[in-house]
Amino acid sequence: MALNVEFVGRTYPASSPYLVGREKIREFATAIGDANPVSHDLEAARALGYRDVVAPPTFAFVLTHTAMGQAMFDPDLGLDYARVVHGEQRFAYDRPIVAGEELTVQAVIEGIRAVAGNDMLTLRAEVIDAAGERVVTAHSVIVARGTAQEE
Amino acid sequence: MTNTSPDRAPAVSVNHPVPAYADAVVGTEVLSRDVEITRFDLVRYAGASGDFNVIHWNERIAKSVGLPDVIAHGMLTMAQAGRVLTDWLGDPGALKEFGVRFTRPVVVPDDDRGAVVHVAATVAEKLDDSAVRLDVVATCEGQGVLGRASATVVLA
Repeated sequence: MALNVEFVGRTYPASSPYLVGREKIREFATAIGDANPVSHDLEAARALGYRDVVAPPTFAFVLTHTAMGQAMFDPDLGLDYARVVHGEQRFAYDRPIVAGEELTVQAVIEGIRAVAGNDMLTLRAEVIDAAGERVVTAHSVIVARGTAQEE
Repeated sequence: MTNTSPDRAPAVSVNHPVPAYADAVVGTEVLSRDVEITRFDLVRYAGASGDFNVIHWNERIAKSVGLPDVIAHGMLTMAQAGRVLTDWLGDPGALKEFGVRFTRPVVVPDDDRGAVVHVAATVAEKLDDSAVRLDVVATCEGQGVLGRASATVVLA
């Protein structure tokens, strides 16, 4: 089934706050083989001027993926999750995420287009801190394989 | 925590010191590392990231949608490349932009070795404000798995 192009431009409201846990950062860092002390050891993080342990750069996707799920799992969009592969991902960082902060995510569907029989869904998600400052912007392209309508 | 990963052969690891901005030379390779991804890593990453897409752990469903086998989360490959960069930089705050295309899936066989992804980065362009753009190359069995991968980093 082709994706519903009426979803282009749809903005999803800010997610409920995500409290960044110190152990979650350690767990994520361990899962990706990241041994950088700044993600594990409080003193190492403070020595670099951070309040608490620092998330690895792609940790932001844990938050943005959940917010994007609001769009991706909307039945009216028509995405078959078993056919989904991740096409592109880009992060623009204002600063790293650190443990102890509360963050929200606002997601917007920027585009839907068909390329070679695949549907390509482009999403932007902004991670915002408790002071309302942007922390990181994630740009994602999601590909649904073989679902586009024949031209 | 007990590391229950299978024993692994020593990985390739070349880390040149992080250059000062003034000393960064376009075309110079700054790091070259092997990272290994096993089925164990896929399960652990699924849990840590919350991405439980079945194609990353269920061979039956992966094959039913036309994949050769279970594939790694693209984000795990990107995460590994990203942590290689921030490991090299020391301070994750020096990474300002990081983007990739997932051009080819990393197929992870059901064995103890898994897949080996080679990550390398080269200075591509000197930007303003002490920043440089790095071209990042990630290959598995000689074939590129990340396309147009680049990172903008701030040097001292």
